[in-house]
Order: sequence, then structure tokens, then C-alpha cells
Amino acid sequence: MSTDAAAPAGRLPDAAGHFGRFGGRFVPEALVAALDELDAAYRKAMTDETFLAEFDALLRDYAGTPSLLYEARRLSAEIGARVLLKREDLNHTGAHKVRNVLGQALLTKRMGKQRVIAETGAGQHGVATATAAALFDLECVVYMGEVDTERQALNVARMRMLGATVVPVTTGSRTLKDAMNEAMRDWVANVDTTHYLIGTAAGPHPFPEMVRDFVRGIGVEARQQCLDLTGALPDAVAACVGGGSNALGIFHAFVPDAGVRLYGFEAGGEGVATGRHAASITGGSAGVLHGTRTYVLQNEDGQTVESHSISAGLDYPGVGPEHAWLHDSGRATYQPVDDDEAMAAFELLCRTEGIIPAIESSHALAGARRIAPQLAAELGREPVIVVNLSGRGDKDVHTAGGYFGILDKE
Amino acid sequence: MSRIGVAFDKARADGRAVLVGCMPAGFPTVEDSIAAMTAMVEAGVDVIEVEIPYSDPVMDGPVIQKASDIALAGGVRTADTLRIIEAVAATGAPVVTMTYWNPIEQYGVDAFARDLAAAGGTGLITPDLIPEEAGEWLAASEAHGLDRTFLVSPSSTDARLKMTAGHCRGFVYATAIMGVTGARAQTSEAAPVLVSRLREVTDLPVGVGLGVGTGAQAATVAGYADAVIVGSALVRCVLDAPDRAAGLTALRALSAELAEGVRNPAR
Repeated sequence: MSTDAAAPAGRLPDAAGHFGRFGGRFVPEALVAALDELDAAYRKAMTDETFLAEFDALLRDYAGTPSLLYEARRLSAEIGARVLLKREDLNHTGAHKVRNVLGQALLTKRMGKQRVIAETGAGQHGVATATAAALFDLECVVYMGEVDTERQALNVARMRMLGATVVPVTTGSRTLKDAMNEAMRDWVANVDTTHYLIGTAAGPHPFPEMVRDFVRGIGVEARQQCLDLTGALPDAVAACVGGGSNALGIFHAFVPDAGVRLYGFEAGGEGVATGRHAASITGGSAGVLHGTRTYVLQNEDGQTVESHSISAGLDYPGVGPEHAWLHDSGRATYQPVDDDEAMAAFELLCRTEGIIPAIESSHALAGARRIAPQLAAELGREPVIVVNLSGRGDKDVHTAGGYFGILDKE
Repeated sequence: MSRIGVAFDKARADGRAVLVGCMPAGFPTVEDSIAAMTAMVEAGVDVIEVEIPYSDPVMDGPVIQKASDIALAGGVRTADTLRIIEAVAATGAPVVTMTYWNPIEQYGVDAFARDLAAAGGTGLITPDLIPEEAGEWLAASEAHGLDRTFLVSPSSTDARLKMTAGHCRGFVYATAIMGVTGARAQTSEAAPVLVSRLREVTDLPVGVGLGVGTGAQAATVAGYADAVIVGSALVRCVLDAPDRAAGLTALRALSAELAEGVRNPAR
């Protein structure tokens, strides 16, 4: 490995996409030319004022950012910390993901490609990609595990309304990881005309770095908003981690601030000890999956193990390589939050603030609730915690309604 | 020189191409896969490519995906693959192993190289490992005298062809098309171009795979390549057969047809 794990975070990854021992490119040679092309286009764009102005304008006028940093007073009183919610749930399409798809869609146009493909689990990234494709007049094909198309029929309909073709994937476990495999296969065959719009900060270089850079505005905004509101940086930043784009988005600007603790909350499913979870860092081991070296849920032969979570968006057996590095370096702390804890936090936010959060984001809320008394004891005062409310819960009404037993019998 | 190298020299002396036949290890069972590979050798396949089944085979089309799923559902382990390699190598045919990278990393790269060499395997074909990420494998293959076959593609730049071929030993694998494994009706127009580009940068033998499934296609590819690599079409013989005996019969027939094809290269 060419990068010292102790190198300053701002300098990672290295030119080949390594975050310490993680990251890199584990892909068929057929994709290398496209990844190089993407890397060049992305690097050029990030120093091109026209591109950056266009991206900023889209984020402001179309996506509705900067998102609010909202002081949740009733929630704060409940959990014993001053909680500031980064309201990414208020963005167009209802989550942080719109930032990434707008960035990549702009790049797709710049590369002269007319077709985008995407993988989706719950359907949120698929909807966001279909949205950007409609806006940019791109052909859009979304791969989605057959199991997920059944669980998330409304999102399938949304994608179709937006003009996308949804392809149910019937191989393997018929969930997100298999959708990603199928998208990779499509990309290998159609790489001349097609951009693979990966939905999280994972996959082969340059995706982890590029996706991070497209969503890092979340943290840049939150950092300034917190300074404006409280006159100081927060004591902690909390986010949920599946692939990890929303967490990296809010963490990245805070990484150099040594006094700000960073907490990533993984999906503990039915409990890490049961084996039925999606906590790749706390319950997995280092391996190679989907083009990158990172923490993976796998058996001892390196076969990927199916993940489990009540949150479809966290239900993935890997994690972005930068999180793997942040974990190894000790800069961020990762803990599992199980389904029941997440759903209790979901209910708490609904009842105290009148905000229905995504079940994904509920893992971050539950984590904040857990760390609040620890931080208060350590600091000897009420801690300030910024929580990334990465998405809204409309899509989860059916799941949550079933969980709480509040749906009328059909 | 490796046993693969000997096979290439012999075929070249006979004015023909080497026939490489691929089968996933443990499909549908460990014993059945040994029987299938042995039948392929008896029917004229020169080199057996044993694929280690993997849960997320992104370079494989539906046929090999399905066969890999069946093998994994049957409980095949990486250690079983080594046992299969040993049994097939005992037929005298060179046995090369095709594997996605994670199973090797989890076994331990040096440990796998050591055990592969001990089992009589010639080396690895690595579809998702590019030379830039292969430091540990480069060292382990040197230490244990194994061949390294990286893939090149029609989209590879000249510089990458040279770099990649420079890290290969035994032979270079040229993917005939932009796509995944699976038999196709037509042979590739890109493949002969890619092979001639490779000839400019390497003296190693060049094998061409992806999409070859008939004797006629094998003859076409044998016209410009040193090896013809066939996977999905052979796997399908077993996958589609009503029983084991019928599968072996179909496998022998297709192997013989392909062996005939590589002996009649279209020039």
C-alpha cells in the first residue's frame, strides 16, 4: 500500500484511490479505460469554474440546498443533548442523494454520454437518478433486486413516471448487491455510451472520492451553520452508515477538527451477535467487494454473506472504503444500532418534532440518543450533537406502519 | 517453462491452437465436476480452466452465474477447488484456475499460491485483479513458480496492453468483446484487432475468450489466436442435461467439436 494510514485525511485517497489499505480498483480490465476517463473528467470539473457554478446553481435552485440546520428542542430535552438536525430530508427527492446524482449527471453530459445506469435497493437512489436523467434528458436504466421491487413498488412506479426503465434482478439474493453486479455487467458491455451512476461512496476509484466530493457540501454547510447558531463547533456529529455517502458527506468537513467526535451508526439488524445485520465495519472483515477493498460481510471463503436490516437503504454487505480507513485510523467511531433501537428513535422524532424520518436516518438518531449521556458525563455539560437527518420517511410509512402495528387491516 | 507453455509449444508445432475449456469447481458437485473435466480432457480439451465459484461474479453471464450458484449452494469450499485441481491435473492436462480476487485474499494469497502449486495447478486467471493491485500476487506467484494471466480488453490503451502483458506469465487473456461470459451467435470483430495489437507488445501466447461456443467459431478464433477459451457453452451442456450421463455425453460431443475446430484454423 502506498499510503500511510496516518496521513492527513485531506490528502486521501492517493492517486490510485487508496485510503490506507482500503479502496483501489478491483475491476475487469474492460472498465479501466472508462474509470480513467471518469477520473479525468471529474478532476477537470472540480477545478473548472463553469462546472462548479453550474453544480452550485443546481444544488440551490433545483435541489433546495443549503438544507436547514434545525435545533430540535423537544427532542433535545428527551435525550439530554442539544441536537441540531441537518435537514437533508427537505431536499428535492427527499434525501441527500440528489447532490450526488446532480454532480454525476453533469459529468455524464460533459463526457458526451447519453445513457446512465444505476443500482438501487430501497429505490431512493433509483428515483434520484431517474430524476436527474429526466432533467438532463438522459436515457436511464435502473437495476433493482426482484425482492426489492416487490417491497418498494411505489418507488418502482416513481422511477417509471420519471421515464426510467426498471430492470428486476433475479440472480443471487435478488437484492441490492445483485443489482450492483448486474449494473456492472451492463457497464462492461456498454461502457462507450453509458455512465454508471453509483449511488454511494463505494465502488472502484474514483467513485468513493468523487461521490464524497459531490456530497461533502452537507458538512461544509452544517459546520458553518453550527458556528453561526452556537458560536462553536459541535461536540459530535452523528450519521447512519450503509454504503456511507451521507455520513462521509457530513463528516468530511469536520475531519480536521480534532475536537469534533465523528460517529457512524451501522445497521445492527436483529443484533450483530445473531448474524442477521448489515454492520460491515463492526461485524465484518476486510475484503474485496464491488471493485474496492473495504469491510465486507463474508464467510471465511470470501463469499459475500447476505445483509439484514429493517432499513432497505442500509441493507448492503459492504461500506465505502473511506469509512473503513476512518475506522482503522480511529478518527471516526462506528457502532451498530439494531432495528428496535432505530424504530424507537423513529417514533421519538415523529412524536417530539413532527418530523417523520427515514428509517436509515433513525439509526443516527438512535445513536445520538445513546452517546448523549456518555458525552454529557465526559464533558460535564450538555453536549451539542449534529445529526444528519439524511432522508425523509414517506417511503417507509408501510414498513414503519407494519412495525408499529398501526395499519388498518386490508 | 510451465506446463501451459509446453501445451502452447506443442500446439504451435502442430499448426493449431490450444483449446481451453472452463468449468466451475463443484458444479453441480465436487465429484461431478471432476468427472466433467476429465471427460473434457478425454474428448480433446488441452487445458482445463477451473473457476472458483464466487457469490458476486461480475464478469460472468447468466450460465456461469447459475452454475456458480449451484456449486455454492452445494457447499463447495475453496479447499475443495484445490482437491479438484489435483484430480484433474492427474490426467496430465495442464490446469489453470480462474478466480475472482476475494476468495484468494481470504484464503491468504501466499498460502493459496503454495497450495495451488502443490496441487499441480499452473497459475491463475484473475478477471477482477489488474496488475496495479496485484503486488501480493506478483510476489507469491514468483515464490511458488506459478503463471499469471491478467485480462486485456478491446478498450485497453496501448500503454495498458504493454503494461498488463508485461506482468503476465504463461499466456495473456484477451477478452473478445466488451461484455461478460456467455456464448454468442457471432464471433467478435474486435478480437483479431486486439490480438494483433498485443502481438506488437508481447511474445507471450494469446488466448481469446468470451462468446465462443461452436466448432466453427473455435476455428475462426484459432485463425488468429494461440488459444481458444470456451466456458459457458460447455457449462450449458451440464446445466441443460436431464441427467448426469446425458450431460457428460453432450460435454464430450461439444469438446470434440471444439477440438476439431482448433485443428482447422480459418486463415
